[in-house]
Amino acid sequence: MLGLNRKDTAILLVVAALAIFAPIILNLFPARSELAFFNAGYPDLMQRFVIFGIFAIGFNILFGLTGYLSFGHAAFLGVGSYAAVWMFKLLNYNVVPAILLSIVVAGLFSVVIGWISLRRSGIYFSILTLAFAEMSYRLAYSVLTPLTNGETGLQVYTDDPQVLMQAGGHIVPHLFGLEMRAREVIDVGPWQFVFPVGYYLCAILMLVSFYISIRIFRSPFGLMLRAIKSNQTRMTYTGLNPKPYTLAAFVISGMYAGLAGGLLASMDPLAGAERMQWTASGEVVIMTILGGAGTLIGPILGAGTIKYLENVFSKMNEGLLHKWFAFLPDWVESPVIWVVSKFTGEGWHLMLGGLFMLVIIALPGGLVEGGQRIMRLFGRKPKAETRTSTEPAE
Amino acid sequence: MDAIILQILNGLDKGSAYALIALGLTLIFGTLGVVNFAHGALFMIGAFCAVTLSKLFNLSFETLDPTKKDFLGNPLKVKTPYVQEWFGPDVGAWLIDWSVPLAILFSIPIMVAIGFVMERGLIKHFYKRPHADQILVTFGLAIVLQEIIKSNFGANPVPTPAPEVFRGSFDFGVLLGFDPNVIIYPYWRMVYFAFAAVIIGGVFAFLQFTTFGMVVRAGMADRATVGLLGINIDKRFTIMFGLAAAVAGLAGVMYAPINSPNYHMGMDFLVLSFVVVVVGGMGSLPGAVAAGFLLGILESFASMNEVKSVIPGIDQIIIYLVAIVILLARPRGLMGRKGVMED
Repeated sequence: MLGLNRKDTAILLVVAALAIFAPIILNLFPARSELAFFNAGYPDLMQRFVIFGIFAIGFNILFGLTGYLSFGHAAFLGVGSYAAVWMFKLLNYNVVPAILLSIVVAGLFSVVIGWISLRRSGIYFSILTLAFAEMSYRLAYSVLTPLTNGETGLQVYTDDPQVLMQAGGHIVPHLFGLEMRAREVIDVGPWQFVFPVGYYLCAILMLVSFYISIRIFRSPFGLMLRAIKSNQTRMTYTGLNPKPYTLAAFVISGMYAGLAGGLLASMDPLAGAERMQWTASGEVVIMTILGGAGTLIGPILGAGTIKYLENVFSKMNEGLLHKWFAFLPDWVESPVIWVVSKFTGEGWHLMLGGLFMLVIIALPGGLVEGGQRIMRLFGRKPKAETRTSTEPAE
Repeated sequence: MDAIILQILNGLDKGSAYALIALGLTLIFGTLGVVNFAHGALFMIGAFCAVTLSKLFNLSFETLDPTKKDFLGNPLKVKTPYVQEWFGPDVGAWLIDWSVPLAILFSIPIMVAIGFVMERGLIKHFYKRPHADQILVTFGLAIVLQEIIKSNFGANPVPTPAPEVFRGSFDFGVLLGFDPNVIIYPYWRMVYFAFAAVIIGGVFAFLQFTTFGMVVRAGMADRATVGLLGINIDKRFTIMFGLAAAVAGLAGVMYAPINSPNYHMGMDFLVLSFVVVVVGGMGSLPGAVAAGFLLGILESFASMNEVKSVIPGIDQIIIYLVAIVILLARPRGLMGRKGVMED
């Protein structure tokens, strides 16, 4: 289907089904029950799942296929967000021009940065991209304030031109009149399901991005990128110049990041420079590796896992922990809570760092490799979606 | 003229910090071939050693002083630090005042121990893995260390003052024949620079003039051959890792009074130090030191108002700009050796 073989079609359909029914799947527990805490089916979080999924899919095209580790990808996300908000300011709140421009601007930006950074490889490439991202971040805070509104963050004001704005037009981001914020709430018994418009726009774009990424993985171009990763020297000996291929991969992943940035701004029309900080670049690296770099489905899994854990763990507070561990005798309870509280709430990043180290040490192929190992353990034929994955990043 | 001298002086203390961290990074890279993203965290832990010692000295118990009354007529509570109780008020006050320099002694064993544990427990397993994996695992470790510090000391900077005698400023201009109060320079920054110079000199002397250092240099040049000669080079490299950790830690201890330590200072310095290492040349110790000072001074020149009015925002990005130009024009860095990390 759509030029994919059977296995890839299956993956695509699984992801599509997951994305479409996410508001139901993620709201497993009735709204008023104790376990509703673990629900993730509300608009804001689901949007972040798919937006960061797009970001990670794009990053994986660069890192997973070519092995070039960029530590500056958040810069493209930030640029995309700024471009989108500027479109809101200049035209009107329609998201189509905003998203298109954010992709184009991030693409142009990544051509420039990629052109320079890709002259080196290995750790030098990482440091060059890091340097560019830090430069953009600092400039956004200082000199470029007229363009980025500095620390306040770029947002739309009532005295902005908004030339396409008609009287009584929408004052929140919308898709030809369909407001991003709009949602359909359906109550089924004790369950409550929310179907937000914004989420579905993001999910559709995520599926399109995912489809493109599958096509890239299976194309001769994708094979070239893998050749660059496995042995660049040998590739040059056979008379191929790797530079255009790596640059193309870099620009494509930059455009994915721009799309993610544009979507972030479309869901909430505000863009701040902190989106470009290098820790944000580190986050997408973590997502991709956690899921499994170089695999098709890994980045989406990674992005979802990180964002879900972030949400759940940073929500846990001491009172909640007391409630959960109340069944323990007091002398056990307090040390347990003391330890657990270090990893939850404010300490969520500790958990993230530890989890990340654990994955790198024990499971370099990420969750996908973990899944394969478990499958092998039970001696069953691996599922189609895991078998099509490539070798883990080395 | 006076402005130029002032900017050079201003650049020296930041440059010293860059140079010390970059020196440690290069030591680790040159010996073990590992790219250590957690080195900034070691710098931060050093700074928090100073914080911890000053907190320990300030631990106090409360007594009721019957001679003084608060506004309700109750006896006033007076805090007396334990050190003053144990060693007498004078020695105690001196200890509290000098807690930062004393933290040097306190931090060396801690930092060396942390370095050993890190190398044996984690880095050892990553020698054979690609550089990307090394970067990633040490990046994770950096996050973990930073969050541990955050959960123990809070997210806000902890002011850690220098000893009383060093708190003033020195009028450097008078010495060179300028008007008074034109070139003034805080004493503690002078101390920091001198301290950095001593440490850097010490590390170089250690590598250059001792048998141990000779073996290590031989190992940096050709690890396999040194191993074949029957020398346990791994053990020596572990010790070098401990040394590098101690250098970063000491840089942090002494930096605490200049910039109140907070949990993300390590990350801030790390990015810059990596740039410094790359500019100096991967694997070149003199290059790292020279580039550290060079970039520190360049940064302070770029923050002059005259320069900023010509190129706005240059002070924020000068270091990265220099790094990009150097990497593209002189891929090996200023003093990089041939064959190190070239691909």
